[in-house]
Amino acid sequence: MKTFADLNFPGRLIAVEGLDGSGKSTQIYLLKRWLELQGLKVFFSEWNSSELVKSATSKGKNRQLLTPTTFSLIHATDFADRYERQLVPLMRAGYVVLCDRYIFTAFARDTVRGCQPDWVRGIYGFAALPDLIFFFNAQLEVSLQRILDGRPELKYFEAGMDLRLSVDPYESFRIFQGRMLEQYLAMSTEFDFLVIDANQPVEAQQSVVRQLVSAKIDLSKYVLPKS
Amino acid sequence: MRPSKRTPPIKSGDTRLVTVPRRTPKRFYGHGIPNVDPEKLSGRLIVVEGADGSGRSTQIARLVEWFEGCGHATVQVGLKRSTLVSEELERAKQGNILSHITLSLFYATDFADQLENSILPALKAGFMVLADRYIYTLMVRDLVRGMDEKWLKNLYGIALVPDAVFYLRVSPGQLVQRNFAKSQALDYWESGMDLGLSRDMFDCFLKYQGLLEKQFTRLQSTYGFTIVDGDRAVEEINAELREKIALVLEGK
Repeated sequence: MKTFADLNFPGRLIAVEGLDGSGKSTQIYLLKRWLELQGLKVFFSEWNSSELVKSATSKGKNRQLLTPTTFSLIHATDFADRYERQLVPLMRAGYVVLCDRYIFTAFARDTVRGCQPDWVRGIYGFAALPDLIFFFNAQLEVSLQRILDGRPELKYFEAGMDLRLSVDPYESFRIFQGRMLEQYLAMSTEFDFLVIDANQPVEAQQSVVRQLVSAKIDLSKYVLPKS
Repeated sequence: MRPSKRTPPIKSGDTRLVTVPRRTPKRFYGHGIPNVDPEKLSGRLIVVEGADGSGRSTQIARLVEWFEGCGHATVQVGLKRSTLVSEELERAKQGNILSHITLSLFYATDFADQLENSILPALKAGFMVLADRYIYTLMVRDLVRGMDEKWLKNLYGIALVPDAVFYLRVSPGQLVQRNFAKSQALDYWESGMDLGLSRDMFDCFLKYQGLLEKQFTRLQSTYGFTIVDGDRAVEEINAELREKIALVLEGK
């Protein structure tokens, strides 16, 4: 698999991965602000599924129609839509694109659900690798607490209830997230994750992130043209 | 209703025609579906492939009649019939709004949903499953659109290897006639208009069907379809299919 830079795209893609509650969304937001304030061509890819794919996905989730295989495929469809419709055009146009989660979330999630890892990876083979991947590595208990302290209403698939790990959604979520973390850590070396210690203060993490970004991407190439 | 001429006459009370098919081993093309043991699938999966207007549905309807006459329970599946995404796929076809990989994966989702919820349970229960098209049409359509064959083979590694695959080959010229007879117009997708092979729909239809046929023939060596000359009379074709299926049921 090749990165966007390897494939000679003018843009650069930075992905953040990590468990729910690892603080990755805060970090990517702060990174985006930093890049914007320097007047760079930056785009934060918030995921808006197209209406058709969204309709099928919510039907599958609400009516609990999804198996590990169809769960994987419908999310791959959704990702492909985002990739073809949004990411590739932005990368061709020379943006610094920030993605909150990329294909690694799918690799971890689908593998935990029992899909064959090489089958899942093969399906996402159409996607180029990010130029930088930050992995926010927080202790499992810390991430869990951040999510569970609010006593959120965990959705069926979000809690991994389809895996029959526990009848209690909170317990199921704990086990599910623990398995996700194992999968992420197992991929870390293979995909050159830049592992950030997410137990550090927000500012300390952001400082490391910014240093790594400026060291690895020549940001002067991404200055917005003066109008 | 007059008794149908096409099924062999069955004398009332004659049960000799009901035979239990011999079990044959099943396998998946690739990894298959997690937690499904192919050993437990005692039914048969019969696939009929071919372009629109090749006579697939006519042949399948007659096979169902024949199977039921012989005492076999049947289930029919086809493309775009899943509970999960059929409605959305139909809408996607109305407005050409999804890109290639997205549409391809959407079809794969439709296939997987039917595989897990119709095909596999029916085979487990010992049914004859008749598939009006299978992964081959999906692969061939994508191959014509330039998608990577290795990628497609991995994707459809979830599919069960059928007991028989019949490809009804009809010449593009003949297909045009049949499509006009059926619906008075050529279909946008069956003409491959999204490929932009020609602005003229008639030319595009012929070119596109020609390309599909070429890919089918290429895949034939890998997947071993039985190519059936679809330019012949309905009954003649059906007799050939029944003869070949009878061998499959005997485990040959």
